[in-house]
Amino acid sequence: MADFAPATPSKRPHAERDSAVADFGIDTTAQSTGEALRDYLARVRGGELGSLPALLGLVVLGVIFSVASGSFLTLGNVANLLAQGAGVTIIAMGLVFVLLLGEIDLSAGTASGVTAAILALHLVSNGNLLGGMGMPVFVLFCAMLVFAVAAAAQLRLWAATGPPVLALVLALAGVGPNPWAEMLLAVCVGTSIGLLTGFLVSRIGIPSFVVTLALFLAWQGVTLQLIGEGGTLGLRNEILFAVANGNLSVLGSWVLFVVAAGGYAVVVLARHFRQLRLGLVTLPTPLVVVKVTATVLLAAVGTYLLTRNRSRSSLIEIMGVPYVVPIVLVLLVVGTYVLDRTSYGRHVYAVGGNAEAARRAGIDLPKIRASVFVICSSVAAIGAIVYSSKVGSVDPSAGASTVLYAVGAAVIGGTSLFGGKGRISNAVIGGAVLAMVNNGLGLLHQPAAVVFVITGGVLLLAASVDALSRRRTHLGGYVR
Amino acid sequence: MTSPILELRGLNKSFGPVHVLHDVDLAVRPGEVMALVGDNGAGKSTLVKCIAGIHPVDSGEIRWAGRPVRVTGPRDAAVLGIEVVYQDLALADNLDIVQNMFLGRERGKAWAMDEADMERAARETLATLSVRTVKSVRTLVSALSGGQRQTVAIAKAVLWESKLMLLDEPTAALGVAQTRQVLDLVRRLAEQGIAVVLISHNISDVFEVSDRIAMLYLGRLVADLPTRQLTHSQVVELITAGRSGELGLARPDTVTI
Repeated sequence: MADFAPATPSKRPHAERDSAVADFGIDTTAQSTGEALRDYLARVRGGELGSLPALLGLVVLGVIFSVASGSFLTLGNVANLLAQGAGVTIIAMGLVFVLLLGEIDLSAGTASGVTAAILALHLVSNGNLLGGMGMPVFVLFCAMLVFAVAAAAQLRLWAATGPPVLALVLALAGVGPNPWAEMLLAVCVGTSIGLLTGFLVSRIGIPSFVVTLALFLAWQGVTLQLIGEGGTLGLRNEILFAVANGNLSVLGSWVLFVVAAGGYAVVVLARHFRQLRLGLVTLPTPLVVVKVTATVLLAAVGTYLLTRNRSRSSLIEIMGVPYVVPIVLVLLVVGTYVLDRTSYGRHVYAVGGNAEAARRAGIDLPKIRASVFVICSSVAAIGAIVYSSKVGSVDPSAGASTVLYAVGAAVIGGTSLFGGKGRISNAVIGGAVLAMVNNGLGLLHQPAAVVFVITGGVLLLAASVDALSRRRTHLGGYVR
Repeated sequence: MTSPILELRGLNKSFGPVHVLHDVDLAVRPGEVMALVGDNGAGKSTLVKCIAGIHPVDSGEIRWAGRPVRVTGPRDAAVLGIEVVYQDLALADNLDIVQNMFLGRERGKAWAMDEADMERAARETLATLSVRTVKSVRTLVSALSGGQRQTVAIAKAVLWESKLMLLDEPTAALGVAQTRQVLDLVRRLAEQGIAVVLISHNISDVFEVSDRIAMLYLGRLVADLPTRQLTHSQVVELITAGRSGELGLARPDTVTI
């Protein structure tokens, strides 16, 4: 790209031009803490709520459950809650991409079930997928992978051609039962499923609601076929079991703290001071410092508590940060980076905000539209690994109800169902709310009926907040 | 007089049986605001879309800087330096000003955009256009007024160093003060050496801001004259009847679509 040159700057005396920049600059970058807070309040009043309602909900729910149940705020339960909510949260993170376009993927849950079933089948049948599936199913499975490669090429999603090819290799080569190969296979199958969905939505042009509703049913059938009626496939493997049930060592937990919290602080502060130095728009320094300090302190307290023994029996010790925490953190960081810092993420927001504007800006709409389904299904496969690991087995209904919780988590966290608005962190916060509701009501010995109704109510509430705030957003505000 | 940046010769365009443009000849010069006026259905928008490469032309020649060119898509037009600012504003509400101005042409690497560079360039461009009504370049477009949005859309075109800017009814939805803002901006674009084609329904706006007026009547260019040689009533007559005194078509009553 050529250097920027304002059109014929020579016509304008330099002094005048500089003063114009300065005039403009004074208003933009210097902002006191008070002003920033007032701006934020104005934005909230204008309907830009973000994840504020969900954060408040977390606090309120936390207080209610701690008061109502003595065992809610125990270390064991908090760690358990993290592992319980992780699967849904991860699937919700992938769904955020789809929701950002104003589309929906109802098949994310059952698609994740298929990936879990294939993972388990590979393990149970000693790496012999052909034997595990039977010839006709195996041929269909391979045909779908080949179709996924073709779809990726047709959509020019070159990065997505790799996973289906890899899945084909893993399936045909008959790699022995290896937990890492199986997890890789699951994710690759997820990518392939996403390519199929994306192709149907963006090339054939079927509304995503219809495509994914159909696939929701179809994948449920596939999972049933793979596992067999009435059966379950056990995940008898140490590593696969540890994904959702294992913990980092105490030392490992603190290393994670240093890397994650320290890394966060360094990145945020470095960026802030760089923006200040270059005279760019940024939040006031005190606010940034407070934000970073609070996050680091919170992380330190969390790490400290999770590294204490939380076993109820005196015979064994359970301590350390659960593995699901770094898994969710890595996905959070990668997803946020992709959405905020890459041109791909920018284009996703643009297509969700105004598809026509994006098209005129030369953005390849079908490609972006297909890509979000690929991301969603791939990430859903990771979610499937986590929730299957938590249960220790895969049953034919795997993932069937998960998608509704995952959509709920994203929306409760502040992702708009209308597209264009949302962040990956929304999924994490919303996932935490849902996990807390489930866990807390369980501890209070509420029947499943009550849990369903209340969870549905929370989702409706979140969707109402989304719809109502949308009406007011024309009063708008600022990014960051 | 400077040589034209864009020249149309004998342009024809039909949609099925409807002959929308008849042998249109037009020349647009750098630093000149050319107003394109005509009644509804006169072919103004079609003409603009032909120039912008959205509609292929049936016959006739498009010359750019003296050389014949083929414009077969919006991309071709953008490469030449033709930028269209549409009536319905191609901006994404959920992105801020900087993000909108660089949409589809982000600076830096695809996996690490150069936000600092983009923000600075956006601010400089707005400053060269003497835009001071926007509080921050990081304001979301959803928070801007109609005039400010129009300004951002125009600034986006300026940023890309377009040589010819086609403005489709830029003031149609604006209030008095905002119209003022945009008209001032149009003048400044011309002062910077950009050729501007302004489509407008508002004759007084046209008289205020344009150097030349091209009048379309049922798909024919009936007159193309310096603004100072025309009066309001002549323009109105030419676009409604195709003829005014010595100006316009010889036999407007025989004209059909």
